Amino acid sequence: MGRYVVRRIIQVVGMTFAFVTITFLILQAMPGDITNLYISPEIPPEVRQALRERFGVDQPVLSQYARYITNFLRGNLGYSFRHYPRTVWDIIRERLPRTFVLFFTATVGYFYLGFTLGKIIAWKRGTALEYTTTVGGVFLYSLFLPMYALLVIWFFALRLGWFPVSQFITPRLWRGVEVSSNTIFGYIILSAALFVALMSLVSVYGKKYSRTRKARRNLYWGIGGITLGILVTGWGISGYAHLAANIFHHLALPVITLTTGAFAGSMLLMRDSMLETIKEDYVMAARAKGLPDREVRDRHAARTALLPMVTSFTLAIASVLNGGIITENIFSWPGMGQTLVKSIQTNDWPLALGTFAFTGIFVLFAHLAVDILYAVLDPRIRY
Amino acid sequence: MEQKNTMHEERKTGHRLWKARLSLWWKAACVNARLFREARIGMIGLVIIITFGIFGAAYPWWVGRDTGVYDPVVGFDDTIIRHPSPPSLRHPLGTDMVGRDILSQMMSSTRTAFVMGLVAATFTASIATMVGAVAAYYGGFIDTVFMRTANLLMLFPFLAFIPVLSAMMEITFLRFAVIIGLLSGFGGSTLIVKSKALGVVNKPYIEAAKVAGRSNIHIIRRHVIPNILSLSFLYMMFSVQGAIFSEAILSWLGFLHIRMSWGIMLYSASRAGYLVGPQLSRYWWMWVPAGVGISLLCAAFYLVGRGLDPIVNPRLRRR
Repeated sequence: MGRYVVRRIIQVVGMTFAFVTITFLILQAMPGDITNLYISPEIPPEVRQALRERFGVDQPVLSQYARYITNFLRGNLGYSFRHYPRTVWDIIRERLPRTFVLFFTATVGYFYLGFTLGKIIAWKRGTALEYTTTVGGVFLYSLFLPMYALLVIWFFALRLGWFPVSQFITPRLWRGVEVSSNTIFGYIILSAALFVALMSLVSVYGKKYSRTRKARRNLYWGIGGITLGILVTGWGISGYAHLAANIFHHLALPVITLTTGAFAGSMLLMRDSMLETIKEDYVMAARAKGLPDREVRDRHAARTALLPMVTSFTLAIASVLNGGIITENIFSWPGMGQTLVKSIQTNDWPLALGTFAFTGIFVLFAHLAVDILYAVLDPRIRY
Repeated sequence: MEQKNTMHEERKTGHRLWKARLSLWWKAACVNARLFREARIGMIGLVIIITFGIFGAAYPWWVGRDTGVYDPVVGFDDTIIRHPSPPSLRHPLGTDMVGRDILSQMMSSTRTAFVMGLVAATFTASIATMVGAVAAYYGGFIDTVFMRTANLLMLFPFLAFIPVLSAMMEITFLRFAVIIGLLSGFGGSTLIVKSKALGVVNKPYIEAAKVAGRSNIHIIRRHVIPNILSLSFLYMMFSVQGAIFSEAILSWLGFLHIRMSWGIMLYSASRAGYLVGPQLSRYWWMWVPAGVGISLLCAAFYLVGRGLDPIVNPRLRRR
């Protein structure tokens, strides 16, 4: 296992390097440089040349590449052309968490929905429930995503007025507040991460200290409830609760769109995999023992059927940036996808390269994590 | 004399072999068609695709009546004073903000979508089949190179990559189809086709063919590829869907140079400000037809793919 992980990490590093190199060369082939931002007859050629020299874009590609890679390894991604005094790293640090939270919530949401619905419709095969769920799911799945998002915006935000139309925050609410939205957002992520970590600890170690299922459930709900209570009170005391709620309010609509639009894929996958598992002998044995139907479905069949879902989770991670470009543009969510499109449109190649590199690294490491998780989950795989 | 006789014999059996092959092929086709019909989902998809085909084929008739009015790009109807005009007898789907007929735009876009989807899918399927077969058969270094490439390409956010390319060259719809075909051919599809080919390569008949002294190329061509072709065909369906979808997204963001497509229709409507706020419901005919077109055709290819699934993977058949 340890050797496998080391080998995979070496591979990941190699692939990151290849990825950055290829992206660098492609972006180099794009016409234009920083001086394109100042297209104006009033700027004399000497100033233009000075600008080029200052940013190093007058040098040959190879020396630029060498310098970029050395700086990249030192963690210096350079300056953005368009937002000049700001560094690329600064912009990425501001926007990566937003994309991460949006897609993490949505991906987990639609996988969970697909998992639950998939196991139910496989169990009730051939009933009207299966047909309606499948048809409805495939219908939503095949809708053209931008159009579906527009419909959702039109219905929930304009018709019903439940959610804001787009953006990350409501500027009116934040006027006169001395903390930035990113600080608040950081604390939200921190609290959520704390909560999830605690709950997974409880679910892992809870088995040791509670014998019966009922005791375990009480423990789970008890600790969960208390932690949630503490967190909510903490936010309430801090006085920023309404600002945090504002961010959540803006997050809701894109998450709903992505979740309802994409769950059918994982639902059908889960259904197929579940249909395979149901035929197994141990499911028959569990039924013969007289276990309740629900118990057989959830604890004996669904657990094994979960494995192919993990594989497809890997593929889902890889498409985060593609999804980000679409969703973030429609909902004007200021994340990595939007940054990427804007930076390409404006020839801001240091920013584009930084965005590419960061999403690449993020996806590669997520892949790695899922692979390791897979090895832990599937007892047949041992390295 | 002896030799002549065997040659004659061989020719005879060769003739019969050809006949037997044809009848076997026909039988398999019948079984597959039955399986496909049984999964109603695939039939629905096929019917939708055929309907779109007829719809696209009707384009010359619809536009040919009066090119000045009905041309999808430069047409203009001067009998109507205000554009965009809602659906009427003259324009069953209305006109857009510069007075072009939406129905003829839809028909033109259908043709674009079909050609683009087919070109992309052909590239994807042929590359994935060849690379998958070669990588699985030879293994070792070749395998590693192709699989690393596939991993790298899967990582590559090609929706972001094509805008970069669009700064370098004009991306017409055929070029776009080829790019998408290449990217997905060397990318994700290869991984799946190769895993199927690995199963084939380890079968005893491959060993038998090697013992019989067949060349590597012959074995790949005659024994490996036919066995993975069905899976490639399945992925061709998904690739058509992918091509149509990504074209629509990229056109909608304004990165492609395509004469007319569903994505372009949405792009121009959104650029002119008809896709914001209450305009959405007031000028619904500006975006509903294009959106429905993309969704329906993508869904149809997806459904056909799902319908083909039990034929390609016998494991999934109802027992």
